[in-house]
Amino acid sequence: MLLIRRFEERAGEMYAKAKIGGFLHLAIGEEATIVGSTRALRDQDYLISTYRSHGHTLARGSEPERVMAELFGRVDGLCNGRGGSMHMFDLQNRFMGGYGIVGGNLPLAAGFALASDYLERDEVTLCQFGDGASNQGTFGETMNLAALWRLPVVFMVTNNQFGMGTALERHSAVTDLMRKGEGFGVPGMRCDGMDVADTYNVTCDALRIAREERQPVLVEAVTYRFRGHSMADPEEYRTKEQVDEWRKRDPLTVFGDQLVAAGVLGEDEREAIDRETIERVDRAVAFADASPHPSPNDLYDDIYVLGEQVRGWYSVDERTPTPHRGEDESAMDRAELPHAAEHAGATTAKPADAAQADED
Amino acid sequence: MRYREALNAALREEMQRDPNVMLMGEDIGVFNGAFKVTAGLLEAFGEKRVRDTPISENTIVGMGVGAAMTGLRPVVELMTINFSLLAMDQIVNHAASIRYMFGGQVKVPLVVRMPQGAGHQLGPTHSHSWEALYLHVPGLLVATPTTAADAKGLLKSAIRDDNPVIFIEHEYLYGQRGEVPDDEDHTVRFGVAAIRREGSDVTIVGISRMALTAARAAKTLSEEHDIEAEVIDPRTLRPLDLDTILASVRKTNRCVIVEEGWPHGGVGANLAALVQEQAFDDLDAPIQRVTGADVPMPYSKPLEQIAFPHEPQVIDAVLATFGDRR
Repeated sequence: MLLIRRFEERAGEMYAKAKIGGFLHLAIGEEATIVGSTRALRDQDYLISTYRSHGHTLARGSEPERVMAELFGRVDGLCNGRGGSMHMFDLQNRFMGGYGIVGGNLPLAAGFALASDYLERDEVTLCQFGDGASNQGTFGETMNLAALWRLPVVFMVTNNQFGMGTALERHSAVTDLMRKGEGFGVPGMRCDGMDVADTYNVTCDALRIAREERQPVLVEAVTYRFRGHSMADPEEYRTKEQVDEWRKRDPLTVFGDQLVAAGVLGEDEREAIDRETIERVDRAVAFADASPHPSPNDLYDDIYVLGEQVRGWYSVDERTPTPHRGEDESAMDRAELPHAAEHAGATTAKPADAAQADED
Repeated sequence: MRYREALNAALREEMQRDPNVMLMGEDIGVFNGAFKVTAGLLEAFGEKRVRDTPISENTIVGMGVGAAMTGLRPVVELMTINFSLLAMDQIVNHAASIRYMFGGQVKVPLVVRMPQGAGHQLGPTHSHSWEALYLHVPGLLVATPTTAADAKGLLKSAIRDDNPVIFIEHEYLYGQRGEVPDDEDHTVRFGVAAIRREGSDVTIVGISRMALTAARAAKTLSEEHDIEAEVIDPRTLRPLDLDTILASVRKTNRCVIVEEGWPHGGVGANLAALVQEQAFDDLDAPIQRVTGADVPMPYSKPLEQIAFPHEPQVIDAVLATFGDRR
């Protein structure tokens, strides 16, 4: 939780310094929901999340260096700088992605669970989404299909009280979100998303039911984000008093105090851990800053899997008469590839530095 | 063998070949498929591998994407291309983008099959031709088979390939017969156009059913106008075999493109741009396009019939490229 907090605080600073582009959605305040639920997973289980997923991928075991490098849009990022803040992905740690379409990740989660079931693997998928996503068509469609086919999936609605800037009671007729799957055959459970132990325990139960009874479950984690929806949020839709009230339940403070009170952690140790975490994040920032930007030559990589049908990226692009670029690319030496973006079709957008190179 | 039987054979053979190939779609099992393409497959392979789904297009396709990312080779059937718009989010935002946006960590070996086309008086929500919508999207492969042999060969290639494929069938073609190789390894490579008829005077490119319309027009042109047309069926639009089309245009110096879809931003618009960019000096006349009418498809039979191209429009377009020889 501490790593996620310090990481995201620093990410916010880096965003202000324009080291990070696009949108940056911080989950500060929601760490107990993230860590409590993720720790309940087995290594082989799948986790899938939303555009607010730095914490999820860190909790799943991704190196902070590579997460920060992704935020910086660098080649050493988790997705080589292709995805950015909203689209983290770490296959090795079975973090199956952050997704920018609200509600779009639910069908994918059911698909992972379908494959697990089909291949008779003992895996469960945990699918996290926000309260706003519970109004999308995919919510009802996926609940129905998951229950109908008895798929091993746990849905967790992270109820942080707002769909962007619209309060729960203003966007959902049913505010008791744990009940929202019942009509589709998905029973609900609720956990205190500000309490890491409660979240862990409830998620463990839900995962067991999904794994052993082949019964999908919807868990509502009641939580709150202390920061705005994204960095571009003046927060006109809620009062400072409400935020302050929730901040009293800051999971880091509450859980830290509990550990000290129980004698598990000394005050000095608590401070030492915090210092070490800050240093860890410092190293992540230094790593990200040192990592190069992707080369313009990489623009077309990984659009397609090359093989029998797609011999080279260029065979699906616009060809010029000679030479037939990209023909049998997989068999060619990479260094010899006429692969640079400036060689692409006549009207293809060029990255700024490639255009610059042309002028030179 | 009919086109629909060829598709059925492809599904059957690929399911026998690879246990991770599975089918999902509305009424594909007990009902045997809205157009009977999946007839008998539930009986042959069971409910685990042939799954009737609820009417939830976006979620069915999304589940196909998720299952493809984690080890299966799903083939999803959508009842018409119009319904595929409900799944456009999962097709474009996920199927086409996931490999790229996640830096190549996963692949999405998914096939989404759907029929298109006018002529059955199904009105404006069941009759359109939208290969151009999917042609637009990098990350997808797009197949538009015209013959039974290609339907089988291309579907087998699509299932074996590791990329997401939009496989566009045609309602009119389902009942058409054609020779189909028995060989279980008969596949048709993407990105290789078929020359349906050789000719030296004009190149006619026909997409999907329009390849047949173009071939009929070519016969009439030969018999009545002494014009020998070369008819090309690209078979796949992504990847596109532009080489074959350009080589033909360099020989004939004239080009007509025939498609059933709308004119604006259509396949013909795109192809005309490519041909003029790369063979401008070889053209003796402006490229002609024959397209569907720029309207939602009407129900009325006479209106529907004039809303998509027929042989006379193709002949007129070809003659227009000859100017005074009309």
